[in-house]
Formats: sequence, C-alpha cells, structure tokens
Amino acid sequence: MDNASKKNLQTEALKVRMGVVEGTFQAGSGHPGGSLSIADILTYLYFYKMKVDPKNPRWDQRDRFVLSKGHAAPALYAALAGKGFFPEDELPRLRKVGSMLQGHPDMKNIPGVDMSTGSLGQGISAACGMALSAKHFGEGYRVYCALGDGECEEGQVWEAAMFAAHKRLDNLIVFVDLNHLQIDGSIEEVNSPLPLDEKFAAFQWHVVTVDGHDFDALDAAVEEALTVKGKPTAIICNTVKGKGVSFMENVCGWHGVAPKKDEYEKAMDELKARLAALEA
Amino acid sequence: MSEVRKAATREGYGQGLVELGRRTDQFIVMDADLAAATKTGMFAKTFPDRFYNCGIAEQNMMSVAAGVAATGKTVFVSSFAMFAAGRAFEQVRNSIGYPHLNVKIGASHAGVSVGEDGATHQCCEDIALMRTIPGMTIINPADAVEAKAAVFKAMEIDGPVYMRFGRLAVPVIFDEGYTFEVGKGVELKAGTDVTIIATGLMVAEAMQAYGLLAAEGVSARVINMATIKPIDREIILKAARETGAIVTAEEHSVIGGLGSAVCDVLAEEYPVPVVKVGVQDTFGISGPAVELLEYHGLTAANIAEKAKEVMRKKK
Repeated sequence: MDNASKKNLQTEALKVRMGVVEGTFQAGSGHPGGSLSIADILTYLYFYKMKVDPKNPRWDQRDRFVLSKGHAAPALYAALAGKGFFPEDELPRLRKVGSMLQGHPDMKNIPGVDMSTGSLGQGISAACGMALSAKHFGEGYRVYCALGDGECEEGQVWEAAMFAAHKRLDNLIVFVDLNHLQIDGSIEEVNSPLPLDEKFAAFQWHVVTVDGHDFDALDAAVEEALTVKGKPTAIICNTVKGKGVSFMENVCGWHGVAPKKDEYEKAMDELKARLAALEA
Repeated sequence: MSEVRKAATREGYGQGLVELGRRTDQFIVMDADLAAATKTGMFAKTFPDRFYNCGIAEQNMMSVAAGVAATGKTVFVSSFAMFAAGRAFEQVRNSIGYPHLNVKIGASHAGVSVGEDGATHQCCEDIALMRTIPGMTIINPADAVEAKAAVFKAMEIDGPVYMRFGRLAVPVIFDEGYTFEVGKGVELKAGTDVTIIATGLMVAEAMQAYGLLAAEGVSARVINMATIKPIDREIILKAARETGAIVTAEEHSVIGGLGSAVCDVLAEEYPVPVVKVGVQDTFGISGPAVELLEYHGLTAANIAEKAKEVMRKKK
C-alpha cells in the first residue's frame, strides 16, 4: 500500500471514530468500545478494498459486507456515511425514533447495509449464504464479514464455520475482532473461545493472524486470502477495544456505554488533534 | 373411505419443488439432513446441483438461507416443524423475518401425526410462533394438491413464507385443477347452523363431520382455512353472522393457532361462541399417528360433538 493511500485511510479511520463518538454520545447509548476496535478494518474495506458504489447501493455485482457483531453499527454507519451512501448529518440521529439508523444494522432502510444483524452468530451464517449464492449463480463478488471474539461463544458461529469449509467458500473472508473484552469481563474470564486461530484451522479454514489496526497487514492478509482456493479465510485481528480514544482503550466498561458530555468532548478533542496533525 | 386416494402433504411439497424447478432456476433448496423425510430429496434427486444439505444445523441453515435471499434469490429451506420453527425461531425472526427476505420454509412432520417419535418431535406450537413474526405468511395445506399449489404461490410472494406439512398420508380432497389463493378461506360445504373452520389434515375430518351432522339434521358450513396468516377475516365474519357459532379444528395447540386467530377476529368485530378442537395444553405421546389423532380428539366425531356443543351456546 502506498503512503498516500495509507494516509487517506488513516484520515478516514479518524473520521469513522469521530462518527462513533458522535453517534453514541447523541444517542446516549450504543457500543463505542467494539465499534472503535473495528474502525480500521471497516475503513480498510470500504475505502480501499471493496467494490461498492454509493450511488447504487444495491448494485448486484458489489462486494458484500456483513457486520456479524452488529452492535458495532456506529462504526459501520460512520464508514458508510463517509463513503457517501448517505449524508453524514444522519449520524447524530443514531438510535432516535424516526431515524433510519437503528441500534443494529437494518438492511431494509439503510443504504449500504447488506445484512440485518445484531443477534450474535447469525451474521456469519448469512455471509456464508451470500458466498454460496455467488458461487451457485456464478457471480464474482466477494463476501467479507466481521465477527466478534465474544461472539465466537455462540454455537452458530461454529455451525457456520463447518458449513463454509465444507462448501469450499473461498470467496468468504471473515475478520475476527480479537479485542479480548465482552460485556461481563474479559473473554478469558467469561467463557474463553481461545485459541481462535487453532479452532478455525481445525475447522479447515485458512487462517492469518494480523494487527487489526495495521492497514498494510490487513491488506497483505486479504491479498493472501484471495489466492487461497477451496477454503474460506479467517483473519484473526489483534485489536484494542476502544482504540483511538485514550480513556476507552482496553476498558471493559466501554462495551455498551455512551460517553457523557465531558467524555465526548475529550474524545473528540483527541481525535480532532490527531486529524489536524495528519493533515498538517 | 377405502377408495379415497391418500397422500401426505409433504409429498405434494416435494412434487411442487420439482415442478417449480423445471420452470425456473432462480431458487435453490436446502435441508438439514432430513431430505428423505421432508421430501426435498425429490428435488435433490432431480436437480442435484441446486440442492444444498446443511447438515444437522438448523440455526445456521436459516441464516444461510437469509444470506442467499439477501443477494436477490429465493430459497426453499426444510426441516421438521419442531426444528424449523422451534429450534431456529430466533434465526427465522431476526435473519429472515426482520429483513423480510424471500426464504420459503417448508416445515414437515408438524403436529402429533408424526406418531411414534413422540413429544420431542411433535410440533404443535409452530403456527403460534410463526404468527408472531410480522410479515410472515403461513400456509397449512389440507392435502397434497394444495401443498403443491402452495409451493408455486410461495415463490410468487414477496417475503418469507412458512408452509406446514404432515408426515401422514391423508385424503386428497382437491382435484388437480384446484386454484389455491393465498389469504382466502374456501367454503367447501354450505351450511346455516354452525361453521367448522378447519386447517391441514383436519379439513378431511371436518368434511366427515359435515356428514355426521347432516345425518342428525344439523346444517354445518365447512371452511378450509389453508392460510393462517394473513387470515381471511371476511369469510370468518360472514360465517359468524350467518351461522352464529364456530368450531375451529387444527392439528396444533389450541393456544396460538387457527382457533386463536379466528377468535382474534371475532373478539374484535363480531363475537359469537367458539369451541376449539385441537391439541390441548399438553405434550404429545408416542403411538401410531391415527391412534394419536383419536387420543387428542382430532376426529370427525369430536368435531361433530363440539359443533353441537357450540350451537347450544348460541344466544
């Protein structure tokens, strides 16, 4: 990835993070921690890798993205708005009555959302269905999916993992957001799904482990996945929950709590300062 | 009755899939390791490349089907009613129902007529569960002809459809020229004293009950209510106004099924006495299907009895 592309992604990722902070603050609820941990993955996909057309969100040849960890909707919405699927001034209306931006992704009403998700474990199965459809009907698009680490405690994830490997869905790439935190504590304390790399490998997936905040590493992993035949790929992304907002990083309590006014201002100041530094 | 042709509604489903498959290739069929039983196996044999076995993983199968449908294609997906509507309820609600996707669920082995497998496999709650999902169409065919027709109608409908099929061979009521209309009840017998509204295999029993009642001088109207949702409000209200008493008959719990749907309409618009023939608030038991239907009172004789009972409640 060249420096200009990387700088662009860094800029867009900061804007996605600002969208997350703005949306959850205005809503007074939502999931900032897990939204911030996948902000770089989403930015990479929507601003660099995926074939999408914001002017034609239902374009049938587009690459698909399924946010299996649907509670990270604020990050997805910020990425979609940044990409131009809908105006950015929708973001502060997150979770408000009458807003199209539901608490979890709603494919019926939000341009650019490819699948309604929110109930954990179901999105990865839907992504499998999209990949299967592409193969069956001879379409060339790719299917990307973001899965939470805590989400891997859902049995359905492993039903899907078995299915994807058996049906040889090599057009499916799943990012596992390994930020180590879930609502009630660390995944290690609650009901550890680790080791995730070995589990996916045992399910006959191609597995790559990367720093989920490193665009070069993400791109290298996806390029590698695109060369793999006959197997789906799991990219285990080591991430930091709350990444990019100093006081939210690695703090479990920021899973499902919105920032208060002073916290909001502090977070936005941090992000704006970094954006200014980047643009200087 | 020995001359009456019998066929299970699941047979009609399998035939319908094969015939639909000959007309269009814009759908695929999925099953969860029960293809021989649900009769999707008939489709799989004819179109092996258009059939996907998802293995014993119904929850994944429902969400996979939703994913296929999200790409603009249609999926027929099958398992036993217990697992399609019961085990995978939340996947049906959230992955399929909420985004209103073109997943057509063919649920076989519904009700107590599963027989010997017993309570764990006898699903008498599926209609109740599916009724609560906004936008879900529910079709419970009376015979194999109607079941086959339901497949074609399901393909035309925009959105999810739940089709309920049985294991047991039941009388074929309709001839091949029968036109099935979604959302419309069909008056099979005219009558003025009482109305029997039946669905699924209870329609044949209702037709027999008509004869039993006629022999006693009771004029019973018989309505086949294949579509449980959206329910045909007009035909129910007309029956209430013209006959003043209603018996509902279904191979399903009396909680949340056809009987409840009929009562919902009547309670709001035109209350008349109703007696529900169905599985009472109890789990099933093992035994031969026909004996179990008898055990639960899912018979022509019981319908006739309840018809007379409800007539006594008329004001």
